[in-house]
Amino acid sequence: MMRAKDTLASGAAASGKEAAAKDESRRAFLRAGVAVGGGLLLDFSLPGVLNARANASSSPSTLNALVQIANDGAVTIISKNPEIGQGIKTMLPMLIAEELDVDWADVHIEQALSDPAKYGVQFAGGSRATPLNWEALRRVGAAGRQMLMSAAAMSWSVPVSECETASGKVVHVPTKRSLSYGRLASRAATLPAPDLAQVPLKDPKNFKIIGKSHPGIDSPRVVAGEPLFGIDVSVPGMLQAVFVKSPVFGGTVRGANLDVIKSQPGVRDAFIVGGGPVFNGLAGGVAIVGTNWWLLDKARESLEVTWDEGATASQSTEGFAKQADALSSQAPATKVASDGDVASALGSSVRTLQAAYSYPFLSHATLEPQNCTAHFHDGKVEIWAPTQNPDSGRKIVAKTLGLNDADITIHMIRCGGGFGRRLMNDYMVEAAWISKQAGAPVKLLWNRQDDMQHDFYRPAGFHFFKAGLDAGGKLQAFSDHFVSFGENGKAAPSADMNAAEFPAKFVPHLELGISLMPLGVPTGPLRAPGSNALAFVFQSFIDEIAHAAAADPLQYRIDLLGERRQVGAFDTGRMIDVLALVREKSGWGKRTPPKGSGMGVAFYYSHLGYFAEVVHATVGAGGKITVDKVWVAGGVGSQIINPTGAENQVQGAALDGIGEALGQAITLKNGRVVQSNFNDFLLLRMNQAPPVEVHFLKTEHPPTGLGEPALPPVIPALCNALFAATGVRIRSLPIDPKLFA
Amino acid sequence: MPAVKLEGLAVRYTIQINGKAREVDADPQMPLLWVLRDLLDMKGTKFGCGRSFCGACTVHLNGAPTRSCVTPVSAVGSASITTIEAMAGTPTGRAVQRAWLALDVVQCGYCQAGQIMSASALLAKNPKPSDTDIDKAMSGNICRCATYTRIRAAIKQAAGMPSADSRDTLV
Repeated sequence: MMRAKDTLASGAAASGKEAAAKDESRRAFLRAGVAVGGGLLLDFSLPGVLNARANASSSPSTLNALVQIANDGAVTIISKNPEIGQGIKTMLPMLIAEELDVDWADVHIEQALSDPAKYGVQFAGGSRATPLNWEALRRVGAAGRQMLMSAAAMSWSVPVSECETASGKVVHVPTKRSLSYGRLASRAATLPAPDLAQVPLKDPKNFKIIGKSHPGIDSPRVVAGEPLFGIDVSVPGMLQAVFVKSPVFGGTVRGANLDVIKSQPGVRDAFIVGGGPVFNGLAGGVAIVGTNWWLLDKARESLEVTWDEGATASQSTEGFAKQADALSSQAPATKVASDGDVASALGSSVRTLQAAYSYPFLSHATLEPQNCTAHFHDGKVEIWAPTQNPDSGRKIVAKTLGLNDADITIHMIRCGGGFGRRLMNDYMVEAAWISKQAGAPVKLLWNRQDDMQHDFYRPAGFHFFKAGLDAGGKLQAFSDHFVSFGENGKAAPSADMNAAEFPAKFVPHLELGISLMPLGVPTGPLRAPGSNALAFVFQSFIDEIAHAAAADPLQYRIDLLGERRQVGAFDTGRMIDVLALVREKSGWGKRTPPKGSGMGVAFYYSHLGYFAEVVHATVGAGGKITVDKVWVAGGVGSQIINPTGAENQVQGAALDGIGEALGQAITLKNGRVVQSNFNDFLLLRMNQAPPVEVHFLKTEHPPTGLGEPALPPVIPALCNALFAATGVRIRSLPIDPKLFA
Repeated sequence: MPAVKLEGLAVRYTIQINGKAREVDADPQMPLLWVLRDLLDMKGTKFGCGRSFCGACTVHLNGAPTRSCVTPVSAVGSASITTIEAMAGTPTGRAVQRAWLALDVVQCGYCQAGQIMSASALLAKNPKPSDTDIDKAMSGNICRCATYTRIRAAIKQAAGMPSADSRDTLV
């Protein structure tokens, strides 16, 4: 068993007498009980699970502990969401510990199992953890504090109102007596839990943990090289596996030289898996199982498979570009947004612009290749998975193997990167299937080529823009014909555009429309899905418009945003403010970049976050691009919960976007991905990474997430900087340095 | 310690890892990475690309940063191999690990063992590296989370240098 086991929650439920309090208004449960071995156990589940188990509330097994206090005062907080490098295993317990009023140094954190009935939703995606948990988990901590105060008040026979807490102690204010949480825990656990909606929360000015930097709690183990990741999992009797899938997406196996493979060193078994056409499920392929992964990977070199490649074999990047061009001369198949009369407004415009933009498919390229360990036995399966979305994986495994959800145990193992890739659980169902067939616990590991060629790609896209300006340079008319992917009027995953895409509702005459091309390649969310592509095209074309109007590109954007107001979910004032902040911090309009250098700006609203960014870039001899610096101004509400983690996320997101813009494209030929490793799919490296200066604008709004929203604007800000430096407009990604040569 | 056997073509090698002689029976082509991970159960060294492009598998061979994923066990000979598991036992390694923690470098953490191996090899040879030196020594190590800003600062902190980025003239 991997050593990481000791950080996994045992799932031990409360064994003592339980008292439940139901909060209809918040649709959340809070339950107290005596933990195994004594102590306070505080159970809570988030909205969304109440309906499913409203009738089962008397059963302790359907509830879960997030907080335990041992009689010796040790505080254990369970972190319920998957850790993918976003720092959630540290951040969620900070919310609880703050209101519980304990010292951070006294807190021990355990990773939860996947169990939605106990924990509510557990996923890493959409920068959702902060908005979903900011208040909910603080209330869990506050409720625990209330119970401890009540226990103390009873011990002293004094009113609770005379009690306070400080650093893991309850203090009776008039007499200055105190009792530690450890001594109160057993008694507190017998008390009814308070009403979550009524528990008092701290005034933020009294925060001691929230707002202070707390380094990642597993980082000491990371830097020591301890086995923490999915790839490091080892269970007794475990075999290893490789799984060879069709190079053409959706292809299936007709036959393979299994006998040859079975005779290779280290191979115990090889078999054909007859998977179906559903991408986020079991694919067809050949599984090779044995004692040593490297030998199995070597055995692959002798593998000969006859594939039924299917219809996708005719698809290619080149073909999509031609189709998109052809479609661009027709009207969009579907109107997404329509205001005024674009055609006549363009006709009456003093100045019109037209531009075609495109961007490629992208792979997630998590540095830890996809892997999963599964042990099928006795009609049940135990899974150790680096996953962002464990319960979705459970459903797929249950369906594919004909099991019930309850037969599947999933340990959420620290992920060596997520970026959206591990929201899909194809590798999980593969591991479970292979374990069942092999009759042993199996660790499935993909090699890098498998990983790059069997992804759920950020979809490519083609945009055909038109704009019209009046005599004063004001934007009168705007249209986009987005040629994307999908079938029967339904866009492929992450290939859609909605009616709120800026500048919709900010231009009197506007039309956004979509046409779809059928696609046989799996697509899915990549960090800031949709936004990571749409920000590039819209904020670049708006830059073209600003230049056509001979206006300052930053001020032109502020003017386009107009009055401070709410437009749907979008607050123009918050965006104007971060634009003003990044103008100030970057010295926009005050610097004079040297020849060959320029500054560009862009903004984007995604995942509830308001981000405006400025890039300073230089184009040197032979078109060599140097990104000199990035300034980020972000608005994510009233509180940065963990400043060190927040800054790290924002810097990483900005650099991630720069990496995408400079070097990344997945191309398709004959239904296959051409790229296979980091020599042809280029991730950003140290020598390319500029300094990134991060500024947060605090507002009165509730805090929101940071995994994604800093990424989208950096790409157009970079392209706009390159235009300022050279006069060359980047309309296609990745940036082609030959354009500057 | 008994030798660890690998099926198939296996030759006995005695290799020097973290100051200890270890015997393994392995295919001569088997990369050191997989000898470490799967024969010796030392999981700190990571598999990223298998072709020396990403640096996640970096170890020291006689002090030099080396990609263990393309280093066959048969090529190791009597060279002294140091892995992340032994970094806390060297003054430079310890200083680097401490700086990594002090500056909270880690996001997902998967590349960081390799980053620390490259950084400690750099500092052992060049105790006061410039930003250009850092670029040169560290550009073979990919960080998919792009924690480069903090890696750079942490190397300087471990070196006892001011952590400001000398490339940043736009302040």
